[in-house]
Amino acid sequence: MSDMPVSNRVRKVVKESEEVRTIFLEDNVPGAIPGQFVMVWLPGVDEKPYALSYMDGEAAVTVQRRGKFTDEIFKLKKGDYIGVGGPYGNGFDVDVCKRPCIIAGGIGIAPLAPLAEKLARKKPIIIMGAATKEKLIFRERMEKVCKVEHTTDDGSCGRKCFASDILEEVIEKCRVDVVYGCGPEMMLKRVFEICRKNRVECQLSLERYMHCGLGVCGSCAVDGYRVCVDGPVFSSKQLSRMSEFGRFARLKYGKKVGLSEYYAWRE
Amino acid sequence: MRNPTVLSSGFLGVNVEMLKRVVQEGAGAVTFKSIGPKVKSGHRNPTVLAYEWGMINAVGLPSPGYKDMEGELARMKEVGAPVFVSIYGASVEEFREVAEAVAGYNPAVIELNVSCPNTKAEGMVFGCSEKHSAEVVAAVKDVAGKVPVMPKLTSQALDVGRVAKACEEAGADAIAAINTVGPGMLINIEAKKPVLDYKRGGISGPAIRPIAVRCVYDIYEVVDIPILGIGGVTEGRDVIELMQAGATAVGIGSGIYYRGIDVFKKVCEEMKIWMKENGYKDVKKLIGVAHE
Repeated sequence: MSDMPVSNRVRKVVKESEEVRTIFLEDNVPGAIPGQFVMVWLPGVDEKPYALSYMDGEAAVTVQRRGKFTDEIFKLKKGDYIGVGGPYGNGFDVDVCKRPCIIAGGIGIAPLAPLAEKLARKKPIIIMGAATKEKLIFRERMEKVCKVEHTTDDGSCGRKCFASDILEEVIEKCRVDVVYGCGPEMMLKRVFEICRKNRVECQLSLERYMHCGLGVCGSCAVDGYRVCVDGPVFSSKQLSRMSEFGRFARLKYGKKVGLSEYYAWRE
Repeated sequence: MRNPTVLSSGFLGVNVEMLKRVVQEGAGAVTFKSIGPKVKSGHRNPTVLAYEWGMINAVGLPSPGYKDMEGELARMKEVGAPVFVSIYGASVEEFREVAEAVAGYNPAVIELNVSCPNTKAEGMVFGCSEKHSAEVVAAVKDVAGKVPVMPKLTSQALDVGRVAKACEEAGADAIAAINTVGPGMLINIEAKKPVLDYKRGGISGPAIRPIAVRCVYDIYEVVDIPILGIGGVTEGRDVIELMQAGATAVGIGSGIYYRGIDVFKKVCEEMKIWMKENGYKDVKKLIGVAHE
């Protein structure tokens, strides 16, 4: 039993938008399912968790530029060595749904795109939201799979609103039974509440600062749940038991702060 | 304590809800992650690795400092089992300052981390020396009131028994042994770099169990106070082994990685079976029998 970054190489880098790159890996991450993540290690820089945005023979992570670490990721080119540990976490449960809806906010589409492909036969409805049309990544990839509703903050593509603003309408119109979501936590909180009101199951992927990824250190705690091992995907039932969901997160040194302070630090 | 298993310091103990969860998963007592005098952000990732026979970590004692932990400490009664609070400092004075604040919340035990191998100023520099360990214990006893004080020792000391004896003489109410061993290092040979960002890290897990057993055995020979045995426990048999060496209770940490967060429940069940098969009714009867 061994869990640490395994040497891998960059196979290719795809520019998804000005601020987003997909890094394809030379070696696959065997056994991964949608919603699971890997720890990406840049020797001498840092190591951080990223959802797999491609799997089944062509593992990749899709990264949004945020700070020092992602600046270094943006410098990667074909053939560069990186360390990859995992897959980690539980992933989405795809057996529970008959009529799934997938809702993504911004880069939250990363773990949901392979999920949409896996669920293609169940004809999922995808709601993709972003600030602008340019930031709606994987648009063509998703349109190949199924019906897509777009929303943008500025109205440059689809409807001018947040993704969660049209969720209730989609749930009713399409008789959705399970909602899968990933995105900013304030959006996820709204998704959770809409699902509860409409008595629809949801599975939402959360994010927290993470040290070990192995379930031992506690840095990614949300109440009594560990995002790295118990999650990152949580069910309606689990989310309803969390007092910190949508409200609090911990900084690197363990201080509990409001979500807005947490997101300001992450930027 | 309803059973002899304790969540070791450094694992999961960031908030009351997580400690509650660990109690639900079977722990007899739980420990808050080490709290220091002020904000300490810990080391950069990678910080925790698992290799074939154990784990190696250099998390680096991240802590918001005791002032920002007061909200959690004030709620420790909600946990529903005895709560230990681990503290650290870079000087005797810092230990005293944190202990004084923590003692006000009346935890079951204040554990003194004088043995972390992953920091320069805090930790092992105290635990390797009889004199410095005893100074920390005496200073903390001075401000801890009725709260029992338990230094956590390192196997890196030349004679861990002598350090334990010095702590007992300085007023320690119990001894915890051991912290992680080393430090050690792992190198990624393709990257040609140590994998831990801090390069060196403390080794835990099954690899160190024999060292823990020996240290507990050595300490039991020389002190009369109870011993919390820690190091590489993953099964019920391992708890029994440490208890036979002299431990009254046993810490579990890396075992969470090997067997899941319900390792406490599993270990207790396995102990029960062993005890039944071997004619033991009272777990206390196991303590120190390997010395007879």
